[in-house]
Amino acid sequence: MSARAGMPLTPVERVGAVALGAFAVLVALFLIAPLLAILPLSLSNGEFLVYPIRGLSLRWFDTFFHSERWATAIRNSFFIGSLAAVLATALGTLAAVGLARATFRGRRFVTAVLLSPLIVPIVIYAVGLYFFFARVGLTQTYTGIILAHAALGSPFVVVTVGASLANFDFNLMRAAAGLGASPLHAFRRVMLPIVLPGVVTGALFAFAASFDEVVTVIFLAAPQQRTIPREMFSGIRENISPIIAAASAAMIATAIVLVIAVHWLRRRSLRGRLPT
Amino acid sequence: MALQGMDGAAARALRRDHSRAERRRRLQAIGLVAPLFLFLLFTFVGPIADMLRRSVVDTDLAAIWPRTAAAMHAWDGAGLPPDSAFNALGEDIRDSADAGRVAVAAQRLNYPILGGRSLVMGMARLAGALDGKPPPQGWKAAFLDADPSWGNRDTWVAIRRASGPVTDYFLLNALDLRKDAAGHLHHAPDGIFLSILWRTFSVSGLVTLFALLLGYPLAYVMSHSSRRVAGILTLFVLLPFWTSLLVRTAAWIVLLQDQGIVNKALIAIGLIDHPVRLMFNRVGVVVAMVHVLLPFMVLPLAAVMRGIRPETVRAARSLGAPPWTAFRRIYVPQTMPGVGAGVLLVFISAIGYYITPALVGGADDQMLSYFIAFYTNETVNWGLASALAVVLLGATAVLSMVYARVVSGRGALVG
Amino acid sequence: MNTRLTILLGSTLALGLALGLAGAAQARELTVVSWGGAYQKAQNEVYFAPFKAAGNKMIDESWDGGVGVLRAKVQGGNAGWDVVQVESDELQLGCEEGLYETLDFSKIGGKDAYIPDAVNKCGVGAILYDFVLGYDKDKIAAANAPKGWADFFDTTKYPGKRALRLGAKTNLEIALMADGVAPADVYNVLKTPAGVDRAFKKLDTIKKDLVFWKSGAQPPQFLASGEVVMTSVYNGRIDAANHDDHRNFGIVWNQALYTLDSWVILKGSPNTAEAYKFLDFVGQAKNQAKLPNFIAYGVTNKAATPLIDPKRLPDLPTAPDNIKNAIPISTAFWLENNDRLTERFNKWAAQN
Repeated sequence: MSARAGMPLTPVERVGAVALGAFAVLVALFLIAPLLAILPLSLSNGEFLVYPIRGLSLRWFDTFFHSERWATAIRNSFFIGSLAAVLATALGTLAAVGLARATFRGRRFVTAVLLSPLIVPIVIYAVGLYFFFARVGLTQTYTGIILAHAALGSPFVVVTVGASLANFDFNLMRAAAGLGASPLHAFRRVMLPIVLPGVVTGALFAFAASFDEVVTVIFLAAPQQRTIPREMFSGIRENISPIIAAASAAMIATAIVLVIAVHWLRRRSLRGRLPT
Repeated sequence: MALQGMDGAAARALRRDHSRAERRRRLQAIGLVAPLFLFLLFTFVGPIADMLRRSVVDTDLAAIWPRTAAAMHAWDGAGLPPDSAFNALGEDIRDSADAGRVAVAAQRLNYPILGGRSLVMGMARLAGALDGKPPPQGWKAAFLDADPSWGNRDTWVAIRRASGPVTDYFLLNALDLRKDAAGHLHHAPDGIFLSILWRTFSVSGLVTLFALLLGYPLAYVMSHSSRRVAGILTLFVLLPFWTSLLVRTAAWIVLLQDQGIVNKALIAIGLIDHPVRLMFNRVGVVVAMVHVLLPFMVLPLAAVMRGIRPETVRAARSLGAPPWTAFRRIYVPQTMPGVGAGVLLVFISAIGYYITPALVGGADDQMLSYFIAFYTNETVNWGLASALAVVLLGATAVLSMVYARVVSGRGALVG
Repeated sequence: MNTRLTILLGSTLALGLALGLAGAAQARELTVVSWGGAYQKAQNEVYFAPFKAAGNKMIDESWDGGVGVLRAKVQGGNAGWDVVQVESDELQLGCEEGLYETLDFSKIGGKDAYIPDAVNKCGVGAILYDFVLGYDKDKIAAANAPKGWADFFDTTKYPGKRALRLGAKTNLEIALMADGVAPADVYNVLKTPAGVDRAFKKLDTIKKDLVFWKSGAQPPQFLASGEVVMTSVYNGRIDAANHDDHRNFGIVWNQALYTLDSWVILKGSPNTAEAYKFLDFVGQAKNQAKLPNFIAYGVTNKAATPLIDPKRLPDLPTAPDNIKNAIPISTAFWLENNDRLTERFNKWAAQN
């Protein structure tokens, strides 16, 4: 548990190390405990989101998957999330390759603009879109929300693809071209295999960013375009019931899938990079 | 030099080839970056700039009351405006009421004038009863009969200042400043935005501090323990990181409400006998925000700590430094880039927070973002919303530049 | 293998697309907006679901009120809502400001079908209801039961948090009645600046014990979770919590504030034909008469009252015992003063 491996520990140090380890475990529990605390309530048969659970039932899961309102929200979340991720990934990958390809004047400024969606407070963005989209007729449309979420997700793609290109040798592309490969072919056969984990990781980040986003949806979405987080937001504010716990359980399951996917991709890309 | 053996022309040709290839690469790079850049210009930068414009551009009133605006621009601001200005306003109110647009003008005047909306709407009702004829006693007398405030110079100065095309009213208002009729700035006694700005920073500061206190030891243990332990701890950090903000906020409601798990546990172990208030107050906001933002502290810290070579501390120890001194003097300074990145990342995220305070905070825990949304959605004071956005975005931009400097050359942005 | 990854990615996206496209009909359906929670649940049983079952398309949403929200919707060109249920001052103010369509009563059964209070240029009455003091009988013994708003402000006799609606309307009246003003005199006092100050001063005395609710569904939840000992609340929500969740909540009818909510059609709605169809449906006596079975509110069609289940009548705000010491919320007063006083109230609430 200590960085000073190889050197015998004094008793004081040992106590310190144990205390440090215990504290870290407590902090880790602080991080995970809330997620564990809300899960059992999804099985409650009561009307309110409180312990103790008076009786068990699957009624809230039934409502979550089968009521018109939540089923629509689930569909919307996946629909908006995937399209936003596709758009963000396509644009973000091109931009990351461009940034890695060569330096040009204003590159720092351009990079700052590309990453700015990570930094700008989301309410400011949502209010900006609220006025702007009203003028161009994009409020209350799927297109509007997808564009907004693609903008919010694109920096993740730029960063992850950029990272996977950090060690890429562009001479390989030139070599491929020298051997007669078309630029597209060279991209597919030479660059893509190396950046693919980064691309997919970026896509997952972009999807997760959309899947979790609620503020722009509050400002832009028509009722029939509401997503899971949007329904949860009104649910928590207006009528907090165990349906929130059922929705949470589904969201946590999605998060677990995403964590595993990203972890797997990271290991792949690390392995893929070993020979270079 | 490589070109030494060649004659000048060949070298020039080679150089030309080289610079042509260089230029082509640069153009390719720009071509690849351009789609996203233009996309963000249209869907991100543009809308935000367009909104910020509203904090100074102020043309609503002039568009609805063109005659009044012209009369106000012509008025020298001394005493009461001439009768022609009363006539212009009377006709403008009547016509805009017929066109159904007087409410927007009334609303604009409601910001600087206490009861301004009622003042204008009352006049609109009166003008509507005249069947398009001017009032028998003349407009000026009709105004003064309707409400003595129309004989107040301050009312007219406010109209004049709202006649566009630009205004400093909203930005001053966002800083709790008022301009009196003579043009002097005063601190507005009923202003709340400076205290809300301070609240935004102090809550964010508190959240950042706790995140650092909790995150530093966790990141340390994560970075310097066996792979297995590190893997499990990393999972504990990543799972909340990937879990929806709404889920985590809802989870804190389950924990913190009066009949929640924390209160029940504290009562069960006899520490308290009545539930303590943990939600709809500052405690709830800070606890939930620390939880949500902790991964943003831990991940950059751990990234930096993993790169620290343990030999450096060991060397200090073997030179006789006590453990704490070695840690403090050798280890901690090496983690400073991570600390800087984590602190700024958490702080920048925190000052823009909206959802968590809205759901677990009370009315007196709301931060700047809440008021931006409030003035957009629930009252139509879009100028003020934009002015508050200018303040928040300014703070964010300054901090981001500091952040960029701290992490320059590091890819620690998303851990 | 990379191909495997590509297939995985491709199929995930395809699945997302398919799932989404299935439900991505873009044309906007009639959107009806009400007050959420138990009330909207009751409306769903009595109005929305049967309306949909009759072959009409609609979607329902909830809101927390505030004419500013409607102003923002209409002026921002972001409406997205068609039919909204509003409070009486929101009806008047919005009507004057041109936020609503002028209502054609001939399409919804004629003016004579409704009680006089329910007929307005821009709206048609939906329900009659009370703001009452609500508490949990399981926590406060019957002998000790609160009797009026003065008890709401008595933090020694009833320690703990109490909840009020975030906003000036009703709270200033409540504060004055608690301060000893007779219900009939409330608005006379409130008309004066000193009266407003008096109300705020009274509210100051319990500020540290106050939490605020925004949506009507919150007060019963606050009572159920023990968050508060007492709250201002719509009478129907208490009744619904007792019925649907077997709670034992009590109502203090003394010094209640009663009022009427109306349906309006937002200006510029692209669905006015459907909106009228909906309003006609919810205006019919036989449909309205079922509402009190699900939530204890009075209804507005003259012919509906005789059809209401007599067992429910004593629970309604209109029952003689309940209305005896209640006052109507003054639309005239709030029309003039809501913006100003709500702004003052919000600032008051936002300060530490």
